[in-house]
Formats: sequence, structure tokens, C-alpha cells
Amino acid sequence: MEINQEYHEQIPPPKVHYLNNHYGWKSWLFTVDHKRIGLLYLVSITLFFFLGGAFATLIRLELLTPQGDLVSSETYNKLFTMHGIVMVFFFLIPSIPAVLGNFLIPLMIGAKDVAFPRLNLLSWYIFIVAGIMMLYAILSGGVDTGWTFYVPLSTSFDHTNVTWAGLAIFVAGFSSILTGLNFIVTIHTMRAPGMTWFRLPLFCWSMYATSIIQVLGTPVLAITLVTVLLERLLHLGIFDPNYGGDPVLFQHLFWFYSHPAVYIMILPSMGVISELVANMTRKRIFGYSFVAFSSIAIAVFGFLVWGHHLFVSGQSVYAGMVFSFLSYAVAIPSAVKVFNWTATLYKGSVSLDTPMLYAFGFIGLFTIGGMTGLFLAALGIDVHVTDTYFVVAHFHYIMVGGAVMGYLGGMHFWWPKISGRMYPEGWGRFSALLIFVGFNLTFFPQFILGYEGMPRRYHIYDPQFQVLNVMSSAGASILAVGYLLPMVYFVWSMRYGPHASSNPWPGTGLEWRTSSPPPPHNFDETPVVTWEAYEFAPMHEAPTASQLPTGDPIVSS
Amino acid sequence: MEQQREASTIGMWLFLATEIMFFGGLFTGYTVYRSMPAGARIFAEASHRLDVILGAVNTGVLICSSLTMVLAVYAAQVGSRKLQVAFLVLTIALGSVFLGIKAKEYHDKFVHNEVPGYNFKYDGPDPVQGPKFEQMFFTFYFAMTGLHALHMVIGIVLLTILAVRAYKGAFTPEYHSPIELTGLYWHFVDIVWIFLFPLLYLIGFHER
Repeated sequence: MEINQEYHEQIPPPKVHYLNNHYGWKSWLFTVDHKRIGLLYLVSITLFFFLGGAFATLIRLELLTPQGDLVSSETYNKLFTMHGIVMVFFFLIPSIPAVLGNFLIPLMIGAKDVAFPRLNLLSWYIFIVAGIMMLYAILSGGVDTGWTFYVPLSTSFDHTNVTWAGLAIFVAGFSSILTGLNFIVTIHTMRAPGMTWFRLPLFCWSMYATSIIQVLGTPVLAITLVTVLLERLLHLGIFDPNYGGDPVLFQHLFWFYSHPAVYIMILPSMGVISELVANMTRKRIFGYSFVAFSSIAIAVFGFLVWGHHLFVSGQSVYAGMVFSFLSYAVAIPSAVKVFNWTATLYKGSVSLDTPMLYAFGFIGLFTIGGMTGLFLAALGIDVHVTDTYFVVAHFHYIMVGGAVMGYLGGMHFWWPKISGRMYPEGWGRFSALLIFVGFNLTFFPQFILGYEGMPRRYHIYDPQFQVLNVMSSAGASILAVGYLLPMVYFVWSMRYGPHASSNPWPGTGLEWRTSSPPPPHNFDETPVVTWEAYEFAPMHEAPTASQLPTGDPIVSS
Repeated sequence: MEQQREASTIGMWLFLATEIMFFGGLFTGYTVYRSMPAGARIFAEASHRLDVILGAVNTGVLICSSLTMVLAVYAAQVGSRKLQVAFLVLTIALGSVFLGIKAKEYHDKFVHNEVPGYNFKYDGPDPVQGPKFEQMFFTFYFAMTGLHALHMVIGIVLLTILAVRAYKGAFTPEYHSPIELTGLYWHFVDIVWIFLFPLLYLIGFHER
């Protein structure tokens, strides 16, 4: 089938596509097909999401009452630590890059795979090894230092499995680095003819920026963990004042990675939102080049702001002022994106399908999360709300209200491409709304709690905070249902869902110009791109989703 | 093939960038402590306890090994199987000499009570800051040269695999990118040592 500008022409699914070309567990565990590797990651990170969610459930159950009656304080410390470690390193950081990035980047640029397919598989193997190590750390006693591993607790005074957890995260870091490296080289060297940088989908720009952060930032975490382990195991005192060491140096080194890490978590999601907003308003994103450059700007500036995690650590006030200023600066490219998405809505033909509901949720919740980040970047406010639930609410708004919603929106949008089936739209919208309501009920009270002074990482609290805590836990139960529903109906749809056409939305990206599911080599002929990104036909010309043939395209085309 | 060569070269350079960041954490820590007033003074004292002759010999050895590495790449480019293997083996040999000298240095540290947290004995002029900062210096010495040595071992393993493959005729003037890419890696490991040598061995050299 020739790839041409008529994006809304449907392509029938091939007899042999990437899901049925080989059968058996070996064809999955030894695959080098980026699409299958994306699915391997999908299953893995979903399992870790369950695990992290289980820890969260226990935390919210404990916090229903002001007394420490469900678990002891040591156990509670382990719960929030492992919730953080599993969710950050084993769910959020890999989520969109390893699942959607792996699946979509070669398709979006018109390539038949990533630059280094075997390295891609190795990345997954490394992730699984790291996951097993982490499971061992959890099952053999857990870790209780907080996911931030501050010294001297983690080096000298802690008797839990800091060593194994640190090693697990060290190994997982290599998975992240190699994935990022693969994507950078892929986007540089494997674009189809005519796919210039400024014709790339904005998802690719976001993934490129994310990959730069992964490649440059993660090694610093790796060496920091190594030094913690050296200090713990060999008593070499890099952070130990008995040897002239400075514990705050650990914080600097740790946050030098961990701040850019949050941009690893949000940039891919922003890329997804650009795709969703463009498609579901049938319009080119307003200010394409600004949005593209803002991704790079976020990646660059993100490396300059780590000190805002150290405002109360005793670092110099002047350093604090500089980091505060830079933290305000890094909000600017994010704001550019939010404004541009909003401007795209103007005079667009807005559909309210499930992916768009997630996109709307993202834009609202990310804005709240981002603005509260600015509150925290102000030194005066931060002194009062640091280490309170205000911070917890802030980062959950960004990571859950932002990153996870983008991930779910993207999973729904590209599900027909990935599986060849449509998910049930009614259940999709219901789940999206349930997640939105549950999320806000869970985390908005936490802003108030933090502002009123409830500290984080405590399993007991002042009785005056109970009402808000109960609201938060109630919200968490709704959120849990909201997350479970897509897991159920996605699996259901693989067998019972209606067959999807090659371009159900329809979308303008190259990924929509091959069948659903794609053939193993992605495109029957290498596409030659002669059009700009997001060239939606004017509304009176092109069919919208409801006008396209639905059901089995073999029958209808 | 051309695109694959370009891709693998970009990939190797990216990987080296990650290695810079990896070592960079240790260099940052070193900089922080050496720029403290006590640190500057006592790091110099501690540096004098290192054997600068062995360090200088090692530096020369590594630089020569980079030369032999480049010659191996050249031999591959002109298609000489014998020279390829010879230069790769020479590089391995020089790398091993480096590691041997390092092993001797490490052994001497154990014998002369210079291992921090283990058997460290301080015998310098400052009884308050001295023991602290000298042990900090030696911590960085062992961590940085240890990490470097680990990378050398990995390099030698890679070179051995390459030498065997080259012996079996796997590389031609058209295809020898594994040798080029391993060469890049080897040069990087060499450059790290070029930084480590003055920072560890040559502090206050004129005062020795």
C-alpha cells in the first residue's frame, strides 16, 4: 500500500502481523522487535504498578486514623520508602519511554525498528534483573530510609536492605540509560526520507529530550549509589564527618539526578498530550516549534535546579536564591506547552473521546501541580511547607495527575494500533472520570493538610487532621477502581473487542499509515514524507472518526 | 551499512558521555573536599604518600597503549590481519602492565597502613584535620582508581574478544567498526587516567 497524503484511507490488517508471526514464550523472551519489547515492558511495569499501589493502599489505610494502629512506625517507614522506590524507578521512569516510546518511535519516524534492537532487548533484561533484586530487597525485610536514601541514615545507621535496594536501582539505571541512548541514535539516524526534524511528531521531540536527560543524568545517580554502598559496606567515609565528609554532598549528588528524573517522568507524558490534543481537536498544535524547543529547554534547565530540594539543608542562602530563580525559569517552557495546548483548542473540533478526557485531566492537574511547584520554589513558602503533605500533594499532582494520566491517555489512543482492537469507549470515559474524581479527592486535601502543618513520612498525626486524611483515603479507593477498570477492559478487548481499522481516529502520524496491528517490519514500503506534521484536512473535507467505516475493515473496504 | 556505522559511532559517543557523568560524580566530590581550606592542605600531604614514579610510569604505559590501539585501527583500515592482531595484543599487554603496577601500588597501601577505614595510620603534622582529610583523600584514591581499573579490565576483556575475532579474519577494510568503537572506549579510559594522575599524584609536587 503506498503511503500518501490520504491519511484517512484504511489499510486492512495483514494475515501476519507482529503479534502472530511467531508463537511461544521464546518468541517473546528473545524477541528483538521493538513492538514486542514495548509489550514486555507493559506487562512488567503494570506488575510493579500493582506492587507500588499495594504499598499505597496500606499507607492510606494506616492514615485513616491519627494513631499508629495498623502498622508500627518502622513498618510504615518501609511502606512509604518502597512505595516511592517502586513507583519512581520501576513504574514511572520506564512507563511511557519503555512502553509507548519503544512501540511508537520507529513507527512515527517511518523506520522498521530502533537503531540497536538487541540493545533494546538487553535493556528489558536488565530491567527485569533489577526488578528481581528489588523484589528480593522488599521480601527480605524491606528498606526504610525513604526513597531518597539520605545519609548518614542510609550509610551508617540503617539495618534494612539498603544495599540490595541500592544495587537494584543501580542496575535499573542502566536499563534507562541504554533505552535513552537507543532512542537518541534512532531519531538521529533512522528517520524515513523526507522526515525532517520539524516534521517529527511532538511525541518524538519529547522522547528525544527525555532520552538526553536519561543518558546524562542517570549515571550520576549510579555513582552516588555506588558511594553509598562503599560507605555502607567498606566504611569508606565520603559523606562521613569523621573523615571530613559532608552529608549534604550526598543530597547534592542525589538530587542532581533525581530532579532531572522528574522531567524524565513528565516530558514523555507531555509529548503524548501534544499528540492527543492535536488529534482530538483536528488541528495542528499551536506553535509547533515552540513546543518542540520547550522540550529541549526543559531538559537543559532541568539540570540546573536540583538545589531547590536542599533549601532547608543548610546550603548557602545565596545558592538557594539562585536555585529558586532557576526553578521559576524552568516553569516557563512547561507553561509554553500548556498555553499552546489550550490555544490549539480554539476553533478546533473537540471530541470528548477517552484519550481527550485524559488530556483535559492532564492539562488541569499538571497546571495545579506545576503552580504549586512554584510555591515551593519560593524560599519563604518552602521553609514552612517543606517535608509536609504540601510537597506530597504537589508531586503527586504532577506524577499521577500529570504523567500517569498522559500514560493512560496514550495507552487508550494507541491501543487500536498496538492490539488491533478497540477498547469499550463507554467504560473508557467512565474510568477516566473516575480517575479524575478519585485523584482530586485523594490529593487535594493533602495540600490543605500540608499547609496546616501535617508532616510527611509520619504514620501518626494530630487528630485535627483526620477528616482530610479520611477524605484522602476515600479518594484513593475510588482511584484504585479507576485504575483497575482499564486493566480489565484492555485485556477483555484483546479477545472480545471490535477489530480496529488501521486509522480509527483518524491520525496523521506515520504510525497510522500501517495496519493495526502493524506487520513485523512496520511498513510494507518505506514511507517518503512530503507533508508537515499534523496536516489535518480542513473539517469539511476529511471524515471524522464517526464517519469512518467501523468494525472489520476487511469487510467494509 | 554506512548508516549502521554512523549509528554505532553516535551510540558509542553517547555512552562515553554517560561515562563522563559517571566518573563526574567522584570528581565533584573530590573537588568539593579539596576546595575546603583543610582539604587543600591535607590532600597535598596525602598525595605525597603516593608513589609518583609508579604513577608516571603507568601514565606512560597507558599513553603507549592508546598508540597501539590507534595502530590497530589503522591496521584494520588497510586490511592487515597480522598487524591488527599484533597491535591489539600489544594494547592488551600494556593494559595488563598498567593493572599490574596498580596492583603493586594497592598492595603497598595495605602494607603501609594507608587503607581508610581499615588500617589507616596518620603520621603527619595536623592531628585534628589530618587523619580525617587524609583518609578522605585515600577514599577518593581507591574509589577513583578502582573504578578506573574496573573499566580497564572491561576494556581488556573486550580487546581480547576483538583479538580473537581479528585472528579469525572477521574484520576487513570495509567492516571494522568494533575495533574503532572499542578504540574510542579505550581512549576514553586513558583520558580519565590523564585527569586522575595529576589530581591524585601531583598535588603540591614541587613541595615533595
